[in-house]
Amino acid sequence: MRSLAKLGMKQRTYAQQKSFWGFVYVLPWLIGFIFFFLIPLAASLRYSLSDIEANASGMNITFIGFANYVEALTVNTSFNRTLTTAISNMVVNVPLIVIFSLFLAVLLNQKFIGRSVARSIFFLPVILASGVIANLEAESLVQAVAQQNPETSGFFHTFGSFELQRIMLQSGVNESIVAYLTGAVDRIYEIVSQSGVQILIFLAGIQTISPQLYEASKMEGATGYEAFWKITFPMVSPLILVNIIYTIIDSFAMNDMTDLIIATGFNNFDFGLSSAMAWLYFISIVVILAISTYFVSKRVFYQE
Amino acid sequence: MLLNRWFTAESRKQRLARFLSLESWKRGIWSIVRLVLIAGLSFIILYPILQKIATAIKDKADLYSPIVVWVPENYTLSNFRYAMQIMDYWETLLNTFSLSATTTILTAASCALAGYAFARLKFKGSGLLFAGVVLTILVPPTTILIPIYMNLKDFTLMGLIPLFTGGKPVNLLNSYWPFILTSITANSLKAGLYIFIFRQFFRGIPKEVEEAAYIDGASVGTTFLRIMLPNAMPAIITVTLFSFVWQWNDSFFTTTYLTSSKVMSLMLTSLPYNLRIMVVDGVEVGDDPFYLSMVQDTGILLAILPLIIIYLFVQRYFVESIERTGIVG
Repeated sequence: MRSLAKLGMKQRTYAQQKSFWGFVYVLPWLIGFIFFFLIPLAASLRYSLSDIEANASGMNITFIGFANYVEALTVNTSFNRTLTTAISNMVVNVPLIVIFSLFLAVLLNQKFIGRSVARSIFFLPVILASGVIANLEAESLVQAVAQQNPETSGFFHTFGSFELQRIMLQSGVNESIVAYLTGAVDRIYEIVSQSGVQILIFLAGIQTISPQLYEASKMEGATGYEAFWKITFPMVSPLILVNIIYTIIDSFAMNDMTDLIIATGFNNFDFGLSSAMAWLYFISIVVILAISTYFVSKRVFYQE
Repeated sequence: MLLNRWFTAESRKQRLARFLSLESWKRGIWSIVRLVLIAGLSFIILYPILQKIATAIKDKADLYSPIVVWVPENYTLSNFRYAMQIMDYWETLLNTFSLSATTTILTAASCALAGYAFARLKFKGSGLLFAGVVLTILVPPTTILIPIYMNLKDFTLMGLIPLFTGGKPVNLLNSYWPFILTSITANSLKAGLYIFIFRQFFRGIPKEVEEAAYIDGASVGTTFLRIMLPNAMPAIITVTLFSFVWQWNDSFFTTTYLTSSKVMSLMLTSLPYNLRIMVVDGVEVGDDPFYLSMVQDTGILLAILPLIIIYLFVQRYFVESIERTGIVG
């Protein structure tokens, strides 16, 4: 490398050298980006606009305009339903996961006995709740039976949220909010297991807040509650945006929608329709991301 | 504040004491609430694992016994034996480990290079290219899966390979090449996120360090290897762990690129099917769904056991390092 450097670097300034090496360092990624991302992306767009026939001699691609998109939206029986389910699940879960992980991050940042043990347990879902294991876990029969049986260990499942629901309804809380919250209690495992990375991000953010701010506010007589809303919350608000985006992206990594797209492509060999579905899915995600970014970023507090 | 008042105003000592006790009451109650919350949530997280361990060591006879909940009456290791036999455990473990380790090392290296360049070695258009990195994070892998699949099935490398093999493209599916190629070029599973982490971290290291190295005569490469990389240990650990674990558990790309290799996530995916046709002592076990589920749980436990063991060793560095990673930017 050194001889190469001498060859190329004879009369260059520091800035020129840096930009040269910068390009060299980015080059591997750039090659991959072009071959494994840009070209496939363009090809996928082209497939989605064409009718593809695979035969012995290769593929016949004929341009048919937006017919695949029309078919996905109007003819295909499961596309609309799967898409709306995937998106509504996302919309329901994202606020829960973000609020929950912020709360836990604040909790795990306090000093108590066994904090490091608690932290390592809470980061465990990053490892366990991903990919194939999470999929298979949902099918486990022994576990399902154990959770149905209130006498064994699934007691928090039915009993807990039922009581909570009664108490909240009697104290006059709006019915839909009650349903939302009790639903969250019932799906607590799902939520906990999806918020590992988000807790990490929030925790890292909370630790960059300088302790002087808290000391000063304590001197002025702020309670812990006020300190949270006036200091912690504004300081981590950029991370709330980051976490919302991460949660949305994470939620589309593996769900029924991706299964449908893959099944259409690889089982029915309808590559055109499959690509059209994938593009519609991508577009709807981009729209959701844009809307949530627009609304959240207006409220985000930046220090600079 | 409290101490101050205590020292200056002796006369108010009594009232202060009451105040102090109220404060300490509040603190005491809060720590109990916190303990209950954390213990409860930890239990929820650990519950599936504990359940799997309890199921795995249970004998078939205990499965329908109403008095057996957690601690089985008859211990057995036959579940492990069957699951290991079906999954071809040791070979699968070796394959999965080598695949994950290879992709992890290559991905970490290529992402560190790209991340450093995006953070510090700015050149014309690097901002635009970084927008490309963000785009790779945003686009769902499903969108580009089919073209990548076709591309790898008839891999030509811009028409170069047919020159050597006599006009025939190479089929790269069912080998480790797709994984190696994508990780060398920092485009493997979630690589955009790793580049982002590295970039944020390198941006946090003071510029003066770099400039001092340059004044002492270090080239850009030397600065990166000898100064920046050792400082980036937290980011390296985070990325390595993430990439290893996600590659280990990944079924999305693995089921696409590999169809017949013995890799953990594939064996797990096909475990339910293989279980159904398994024959034990001349009798097919396929007719008892509970027993099938029991062996399946054991299989999952066997698959995540190596990860848990690794996590036990690195979690200390992981939990510490994440705080200094500066994903936060």
